[in-house]
Amino acid sequence: MALSGMRGLSVFISEIRNCQNKEQERLRVDKELGHIRNRFKNEKGLTVYDKKKYVWKMLYIFMLGYDVDFGHMEAVSLISAPKYPEKQVGYLVTSCLLNENHDFLRLAINTVRNDIIGRNETFQCLALTLVGNIGGRDFAESLAPDVQKLLISSSCRPLVKKKAALCLLRLFRKNPDVVNVDGWSDRMSQLLDERNLGVLTSSMSLFVSLVSNNHEAYWSCLPKCVKVLERLARNQDVPQEYTYYGIPSPWLQVKTMRALQYFPTIEDPNTRRALFEVLQRVLMGTDVVKNVNKNNASHAVLFEALALVMHLDAEKEMMSQCVALLGKFIAVREPNIRYLGLENMTRMLMVTDVQEIIKRHQAQIITSLKDPDISIRRRALDLLYAMCDISNAKDIVEELLQYLGTAEFTMREELALKAAILAEKFAPDLSWYVDVILQLIDKAGDFVSDDIWFRVVQFVTNNEDLQPYAALKAREYLDKPAIHETMMKVSAYLLGEYSHLLARRPGCSPKEIFSIIHEKLPTVSTPTISILLSTYAKILMHSQPPDPELQNQIWAIFSKYETSIDAEIQQRAVEYFALSKKGAALMDILAEMPKFPERESSLIKKAEDTEADTAELSAIKSRAQQQASNALVVTDQHPANEPPQVTQLGMVKIPSINNLENNHVDQEVTQTNGIMGEVEPQNGDILGDLLAIEGPPGVSGTETLTEEGALALAPVGELENAVKPVIDIAERFRDLCVKDSGVLYEDPYVQIGIKAEWRGHQGRLVLFLGNKTTSSLDSVHAVILPPSHLKLELSSVPEIIPPRAQVQCPLEVVNLCPSRDVAVLDFSYKFGTTLVDNKLRLPAVLNKFFHPVTLSAEEFFPQWRSLAAPPLKLQEVVRGVRVMSLGEMTNLLNSLKLIVSPGLDPNANNLVASTTFYSESTQSMLCLVRIETDPADRTQLRLTVASGDSTLTFELKEFIKEQLVSIPAASRPPVLQPTIQPISSSDPGALLAGLL
Amino acid sequence: MIHFILLISRQGKVRLTKWYSPYSQKERSKVIRELSGMILTRGPKLCNFVEWRGLKVVYKRYASLYFCMCINQEDNELEVLEIIHHFVEILDRYFGSVCELDLIFKFQKAYYMLDEILIAGELQESSKKTVARLVSAQDSLVDAAKEEANSLSNIIAQATK
Repeated sequence: MALSGMRGLSVFISEIRNCQNKEQERLRVDKELGHIRNRFKNEKGLTVYDKKKYVWKMLYIFMLGYDVDFGHMEAVSLISAPKYPEKQVGYLVTSCLLNENHDFLRLAINTVRNDIIGRNETFQCLALTLVGNIGGRDFAESLAPDVQKLLISSSCRPLVKKKAALCLLRLFRKNPDVVNVDGWSDRMSQLLDERNLGVLTSSMSLFVSLVSNNHEAYWSCLPKCVKVLERLARNQDVPQEYTYYGIPSPWLQVKTMRALQYFPTIEDPNTRRALFEVLQRVLMGTDVVKNVNKNNASHAVLFEALALVMHLDAEKEMMSQCVALLGKFIAVREPNIRYLGLENMTRMLMVTDVQEIIKRHQAQIITSLKDPDISIRRRALDLLYAMCDISNAKDIVEELLQYLGTAEFTMREELALKAAILAEKFAPDLSWYVDVILQLIDKAGDFVSDDIWFRVVQFVTNNEDLQPYAALKAREYLDKPAIHETMMKVSAYLLGEYSHLLARRPGCSPKEIFSIIHEKLPTVSTPTISILLSTYAKILMHSQPPDPELQNQIWAIFSKYETSIDAEIQQRAVEYFALSKKGAALMDILAEMPKFPERESSLIKKAEDTEADTAELSAIKSRAQQQASNALVVTDQHPANEPPQVTQLGMVKIPSINNLENNHVDQEVTQTNGIMGEVEPQNGDILGDLLAIEGPPGVSGTETLTEEGALALAPVGELENAVKPVIDIAERFRDLCVKDSGVLYEDPYVQIGIKAEWRGHQGRLVLFLGNKTTSSLDSVHAVILPPSHLKLELSSVPEIIPPRAQVQCPLEVVNLCPSRDVAVLDFSYKFGTTLVDNKLRLPAVLNKFFHPVTLSAEEFFPQWRSLAAPPLKLQEVVRGVRVMSLGEMTNLLNSLKLIVSPGLDPNANNLVASTTFYSESTQSMLCLVRIETDPADRTQLRLTVASGDSTLTFELKEFIKEQLVSIPAASRPPVLQPTIQPISSSDPGALLAGLL
Repeated sequence: MIHFILLISRQGKVRLTKWYSPYSQKERSKVIRELSGMILTRGPKLCNFVEWRGLKVVYKRYASLYFCMCINQEDNELEVLEIIHHFVEILDRYFGSVCELDLIFKFQKAYYMLDEILIAGELQESSKKTVARLVSAQDSLVDAAKEEANSLSNIIAQATK
């Protein structure tokens, strides 16, 4: 036997084996490497035999995991040796020591090329093997044509040819741009006629790679593949040595079926029939046998056939057969088959609509979730996740929760995330959703990412019906002796917001809630303490009338933390302490959090990010779109008004006009005594976090805001549109808010002008839709998405606008009640094949329903004094005001038809303005405004607004703030610069709070 | 496509590695460490596949040795499982009931055989007979060269006597 005589090598291996520990082994290896290095340094007296022996030792050492950073030259030099034994060693050791990224390999290219184009078959084999195993770009550039020539040469023998095929496969796979395969369909077609099954196997692998890159070029080869399958299936012309446990080359069968899966369909009926006959035979004729290898091989073919059927069987002739087989597989004892059964069921769910049939196996799949094998459990989890819909969500999620208790750590996070997503997506009712998430946190708190509890807070905040229930549940968990910190956070948050809804229940008085939460404070970490402090402040606010004892307790805590080393805690403590001494002001500031805008679940996005299998995702996604439960949106009060969503799971932010309006309604409803509170930014960062997970990564608070703040304003579809407006739409909108005619929108093809007349609470707008092009515009649609306070009637819009024509569309507006919300015009058209869709805000804004009125001091002051307190008179300190002189501010107010009465206010730094507002609900209503500026700091002012209607007062105050505060791009800026928290201009929570 | 092959003993000793995708030596050590931890601890009656870093490892234990092949997620697992067996049968035929020691001391032979079975991480030859024939042809080429060298040195020795 060759090579048996290399004694030095055997001795070295024995010595390594005899090493007692890793340290000894390292010493021995270091010694040997030193020795080899020395011998290589002084090449004198180094025989070829020595060289071979040393490079083998190097390879052995390298294989054990040690770095071998020298001697590459010696290995490579053996390649150019004239004799086979040296060459063989050189090629093999080089291909193991180096990889395609080693520059050193370039040195060998010439020698390798000479061997490939030379006449010596054995040298050709060695060279092709090296290139096939580690050839990189350089090799592709200089050798691909030679390898191609060899592959199609008629004089080339099978042993060389099969290597050439795989060598070319590697070069092409790695660098498809370098290897020229133009016109290779004919060559491939010939290669697929090959009788030698070794060559055919290699060629088929090459073919798979070629068709996966571009199947169009290889249609002519498709019938050849079917022929190969027929030949193997009928066992015609298959030499004994190419059958494996009686099966004609299972590998070639698998490869061929794989190649066919890259063709979208098989058109020729004869080819199709022939193929389906083969597939039918495989599906029907594969039995379970005793011999493991035979079983594996036949099932390898069977599973590939299943995949091919799923791919091709659009007519569903054989699909039910496949599902039946898979159903059988997932229940067998053989773990491999069980694993593959589950895996292929998941794949099948993606390609066809077999949901209902697969549901029949649900019990069996759930059993697999308890399989001793983690690989199988993973498959079962994926399958359950994929097959879940509203009908089985409860069962599946409850199983997942149960499993969570026993699952290994590596799976828990994924499991928790998936359970949370399913619960959210398919919840039959909302209280169940809350139950699930709380259980999730309870059972696997360590594995529940913040996103999950943020999400539950969002849902509870947005669904009033849910709030008492959630608070009660949170309260129940607090009774447990030991609870997870995440549970502490979510419970504290929920109880802070909503525990007053439980006040009449036993054990739920503010005092009791406080003490049960405070009990846990010593055990929690710093970030949680901040949340607890906010909770205390909220509890304090909700305990009406104030309980002096509780107040003192909480104050004591605040003052204790005023010296906390953690800046966040310290700040909160100081601020809450100061705030809570302000009595009624506390109520304003600590009112409940407003609703969150509805958005795509960050969890789903997160799951998408973590999923590797994109195909699977898109399938899950599309199914999710079809089947998502409505449970989580049913509480929305005006679903009809929901702006059309661009895509359910799309990244585009949707302006939620409706939400905004709901918030206002909500605020009114929920605020006790009708006090118009402003949103308080104290929970700024909590809220910020909640949003941050929703926002696109890397978007800073302000930017998020611009986007959110844009709400109804932006042409939302803009992101998707290929056609961009040629004007600044936001700016035009701002102009039109104070003007009555002008251009609303313009792009290269279309211009929309607007002209408006206003009378009291009614208005008439005319839209001028102009086609700028010389061809007609098709599919023109204009739909108004009205906020609930406006009644809008748009006359019909023609579907086609002729070339260079302008059509006029009158729009009647009736103002029902005061609101800052903005109507949106969804305008779309087709130019050629591009669909352009824009959502444009209409300048039917609050100030359009103002009628200027100038008051004398005698008229003003009695009114001003009679509207003495909230909610009819509201006051606020506004920061971050755009710097402007008093004159500029006067002009601004006048342009909004808020007429300034000069000299009314004795202080020259103050402005007093008045107007009459018209709406159906308020009729004509006098509004009074006072602005007190600070000459020392132009960025802040105190704003007081009074009117006979609380909603109007609030809306007007917010409206004026929006006009005064400078946030570029958003003409509807989130105004509330926090009155207490100075850091907040970049704090998304605070900005958002202002927005809402 | 097979990304790499590992032969690891039950004690976690590496007996053979072959990398068809480029991994640096550091990455290789990490991969081996990770996979040893995953695979050697698996019980006997479990399936032959483990999911790892978005890829799949198909493995099979023969006596004290684990043969592992890493493939893409969408590849056919059973097919690869039988490539492992095919390789083992060829080793077995060559060494005459192969054992771990054969692979330790004659790892070069295992590499030569592997190169006749797989190239570029794809199956090259599914006939055991053909592989055996090619490997023995290589052996005889080496032997012939040795004899030639011997006879040459004899001639030189005689001539210089």
